[in-house]
Amino acid sequence: MFRNTYDSDNTVFSPQGRLHQVEYALEAVKQGSAAVGLRSKTHSILLALKRSTGELASYQQKMFRIDDHVGIAIAGLTSDARVLSNFMRQQAMSSKMAFNRPVPVNRLVSAIADKAQVNTQEYGRRPYGVGFLVIGQDQSGPHLYEFSPSGNSYEYYAMSIGARSQSAKTYLEKHYESFADCSLEDLIKHGLHALRETLQQDKDLNVNNTSIGIVGAPSVHEKTTNVSFRILEGETIQPFLDTMVPKDAPAAAPAPPASTDEDVQMAE
Amino acid sequence: MDHFPTNWGRPRNDGFDAYGTYPIAQRPYNGLGNDVFSEGVQRTQQPIVTGTSVLAIKYKDGVMMSADNLASYGSLARFKDIQRLHPVGTNTIIGAGGDMSDFQYIQALLDDLMVEEFTEGDGDGHALGPGEIHEYLSQVMYARRSKMDPLWNSLIVGGVKDGKRFLSYVDLLGTTYSASTLATGYGSYIAQPLLRKAVEGNEDNITEEEAVKILEQSMKVLFYRDARSLNKYQIAKITSDGVAISESRSVDTQWSFADGIRGYGAQTQ
Repeated sequence: MFRNTYDSDNTVFSPQGRLHQVEYALEAVKQGSAAVGLRSKTHSILLALKRSTGELASYQQKMFRIDDHVGIAIAGLTSDARVLSNFMRQQAMSSKMAFNRPVPVNRLVSAIADKAQVNTQEYGRRPYGVGFLVIGQDQSGPHLYEFSPSGNSYEYYAMSIGARSQSAKTYLEKHYESFADCSLEDLIKHGLHALRETLQQDKDLNVNNTSIGIVGAPSVHEKTTNVSFRILEGETIQPFLDTMVPKDAPAAAPAPPASTDEDVQMAE
Repeated sequence: MDHFPTNWGRPRNDGFDAYGTYPIAQRPYNGLGNDVFSEGVQRTQQPIVTGTSVLAIKYKDGVMMSADNLASYGSLARFKDIQRLHPVGTNTIIGAGGDMSDFQYIQALLDDLMVEEFTEGDGDGHALGPGEIHEYLSQVMYARRSKMDPLWNSLIVGGVKDGKRFLSYVDLLGTTYSASTLATGYGSYIAQPLLRKAVEGNEDNITEEEAVKILEQSMKVLFYRDARSLNKYQIAKITSDGVAISESRSVDTQWSFADGIRGYGAQTQ
């Protein structure tokens, strides 16, 4: 690894005006497996790639429910994520208790960003080694935010974080304009396509390594009437995986084919 | 010569034998009843300077509330220019009866809360509405009663948010309830039946003028019957346009009938 004179303490600027410890923390996020988030007018969704340490191990949890209306996907140090998600849950509870109101998503994200910022400025601390995609629904509709250990948070139409997330970002940048009016099924299909871009050549998405998080009305593939945040894992995501266009197929736009099963045939 | 050092003069706390010099049989008692500070901490056991009734009704365009300008000191009409209706944010009003110093504390609490709201999320579309303010107040009131140190008020919280009218009550015990007409204190006996008769089932039809009439009539009846009231009161309305609190006003009253009442005025026989 490279060595640097100005990286042993996060309170010291380098001559270039950079905080190396903070940048290393951002690297920790890039080491984590990828997560993708998308937003339409009606839904926010998360998709994440779960890793396992080996054949005998279970897959590492990538998504956490914060409250009925908020959920997160993480990339980076899971233990740091648990500390932060705990904090978010407390914020959500205190908002419910004090004001009988689900905590506004933007304020929740600002709260953890402020918490992370302190760690980039105070002596003897270290930045969090984890990044979040936060989705949620509040009075102003569905939202998607990115949180990073530098203390920054931004709202997005679509975003990806984690290992090889640039490939997913490229896919999202190409298609994001259609997301606003997408159905939930199409939105998830876009998400799966984007997430697939982050995989190595010989790997593919399956029911074991993929998590889907949803806020908004349920899909036709779900056996629920639940509109609050939920995490789909295992066999329940098979119907969504089935909607994906195979990788080596010609890059057809993921638009549904014109229906051929009309019960009235027009005469020539 | 007194051989007990503890008797040589100590600044305070006679209840503690610091040097262990007394024989056990004479050692000063440290337990309950002997604490020199036991009467030093006191909690509110009764209101001192008080406001009387607050009335509130729902009507077509929102919520209307009224309260007089009197703060009594026992039966003395001590302060005659006290506003008991307090705006919180852009679409909420609280009205208070009970202890006026506790009410001032609540006003300060809510003003601080609004400053905090402003700093952390101004204009993000999540301003606190009447429902949130009411929940917050009920938590504060219940927490204080649970410390055996209540804020001695009955509060009415009214407002309009997202086109919805809100009207709810909370008191020193943390008890809450909602209705389309609310009244606190003496008004809950005298004015509430009048308000219910005029408003219930008609909430969507009563115009602003009619709502003012209903409250004026009830305030007049209260002034006749409530010895802690004043013929000087304010009316606040909360609509989707925001909050408006009127200048102080009064109603015309007739006292000629009182001449015939024995016990009223100077007695001639």
